[in-house]
Amino acid sequence: MEQRSGMVEKRGMGLWITHGFMITGVLIIFFPIWLAFVASTVTQPEIVSPPMPLLPGGHFWENYKTALLSGVNVPVATMLMNSLIMAIGIAVGKIIISLLSAFAIVYFRFPGRTIFFWMIFLTLMLPVEVRILPTFEVVAGFGMLNSYSGLIFPLIASATATFLFRQFFLTIPDELAEAARVDGAQPMRFFIDIVLPMSRTNIAALFVILFIYGWNQYLWPLLITTDPEMNTIVMGIKQMFPSGDDVAEWPVIMATSILAMIPPVIVVVSMQKLFVRGLVDSEK
Amino acid sequence: MANVTLKNIKKSFGATHVIHGIDAEIKDGEFIVIVGPSGCGKSTLLRMVAGLETITSGDIFIGDERANEKEPMDRDIAMVFQNYALYPHMSVRQNMGYGLKIAKLPKSEIEAKVQDAAKLLQLEPLLERKPRQLSGGQRQRVAMGRAIVREPSVFLFDEPLSNLDAKLRVQMRLEIRELQEKLGITALYVTHDQVEAMTMADRMIVMNGGIAEQIGTPLDVYEKPQTLFAAQFIGSPAMNIFDAHVEGGQVKIRDLPIGPAQGRDGPVKLGIRPEHLVKTSDAALNASIQMSEPLGANTLLHGKLTGFDNIAITASLPGVHLLETKSFHIGFTVEPANIHLFDPETGRRLPV
Repeated sequence: MEQRSGMVEKRGMGLWITHGFMITGVLIIFFPIWLAFVASTVTQPEIVSPPMPLLPGGHFWENYKTALLSGVNVPVATMLMNSLIMAIGIAVGKIIISLLSAFAIVYFRFPGRTIFFWMIFLTLMLPVEVRILPTFEVVAGFGMLNSYSGLIFPLIASATATFLFRQFFLTIPDELAEAARVDGAQPMRFFIDIVLPMSRTNIAALFVILFIYGWNQYLWPLLITTDPEMNTIVMGIKQMFPSGDDVAEWPVIMATSILAMIPPVIVVVSMQKLFVRGLVDSEK
Repeated sequence: MANVTLKNIKKSFGATHVIHGIDAEIKDGEFIVIVGPSGCGKSTLLRMVAGLETITSGDIFIGDERANEKEPMDRDIAMVFQNYALYPHMSVRQNMGYGLKIAKLPKSEIEAKVQDAAKLLQLEPLLERKPRQLSGGQRQRVAMGRAIVREPSVFLFDEPLSNLDAKLRVQMRLEIRELQEKLGITALYVTHDQVEAMTMADRMIVMNGGIAEQIGTPLDVYEKPQTLFAAQFIGSPAMNIFDAHVEGGQVKIRDLPIGPAQGRDGPVKLGIRPEHLVKTSDAALNASIQMSEPLGANTLLHGKLTGFDNIAITASLPGVHLLETKSFHIGFTVEPANIHLFDPETGRRLPV
């Protein structure tokens, strides 16, 4: 008890200090986002005339409507939809493929099992950029430029996710697999009835990470989408920048940036509970 | 309901031979305990009966059918695992009904069977709980329940009580035995605990190093251990084993005559259970006791044979015997019927 009251006393001072630090940190990180938001609610002349406004203006609806419905090259709504399809496609695809391959590697004995595992593991060391030219060549050869399949398929295999699922499956006691065998479950039945539900939190955590990974893809969409109709939002922002003598529509660009941030935030916030559980404890 | 026959069962993992040929005839409804130290192959043997390990050579018959190549689910067996192996995301009800669900039984029938089993095991109030919300004993019961609902012909238990505390273990072993008797289902039960083996078994298989040292009723094994290993493994505290020799119809440790013995003169291993040493005033066997462990009803005395500092002896005497001094001397006799002799080379039992 004594020690506890001591801790509370100490916290009296510490509470202010830690909160002070945290609030400063949040302000520093939040400031650019705030500026973007302010810029998306004022008019172009107001932005370019110093000093820059720090309080929101009255053109919120107007700017966001312009951005969503007409944009600069293509309506932002289209780009948001493209990004959403790509991010979900990548996240779901990666999860399905890595779940299945991890299941194969952990639960089946087939010739070359370790070799396959190490081959998958090795690709962890190769970032997208290293193999981007051959990948482009292949995708172009299949005629998948400017298509969703072209956006999704080259990014759909994940060594990281396979590795994480493998590690998780290794912690599932062998006896569970044996019990399922005695109960008469075929391998895929065991996978669907036992392994999948047990991986629930891991899947959620990976979904969040992979969704954001997919959403934030920049280089790859930039390479393979030439048609503005297929632009994703993260690269689309860049495309909005003026080239030559055009005047930048900064309020619209800023509105687009804010819009681009919203879906990942929704995903993170809505899956936060599962996400944290998936990273912190594994249910066994 | 079925008998199980093992014919010259062998198992090797690569070049390592773990089971060297085991034969056993298990009658319908019998409770067989496979007992042995860790690494003796007892779990492997059970898993071969379950179909979780392949059989290197030999045959397993469950009922009258050869089961070597059958999948576990087709062998009509149910298994209770050491860590219970309950599906963590399923409720008790789902856990118990999972096998039936896979067998595509109608929902109402599954429900009825799960209810029956739950009633039998007093699990009814817990049916909606998840395994993590249960205590060790309750999990154990659920694992039993999962085995019972399938109405198998053979129960297989792989050290099911080793994760429970001592008191619960005593209770559960009675419950398991009672249940098995009520259901009349043949059971194979693996344990390393000789007390479980003694109390539960109709017959036990004492295993060591991949061979069956002895197959027999618990009292048979206790009273007439066929090998040196069985003699030392069954019984607590373990049997005293002395290097002795037979000379002119007498078995002697050095030159101390212990009792009558038939057979040829020559060296033997002499076994005497600690509880068969009887305290007496004028005895051939004298020990200086260094340690006393009073257990209440009886006392374990540890010491050395008087005059032979390198020959240890343990005795279990009824009543309380405290060490009055640092060490004291005590004399023992032993009934001729309680003398066990073993061949020092083969470890086989010799007639007394």
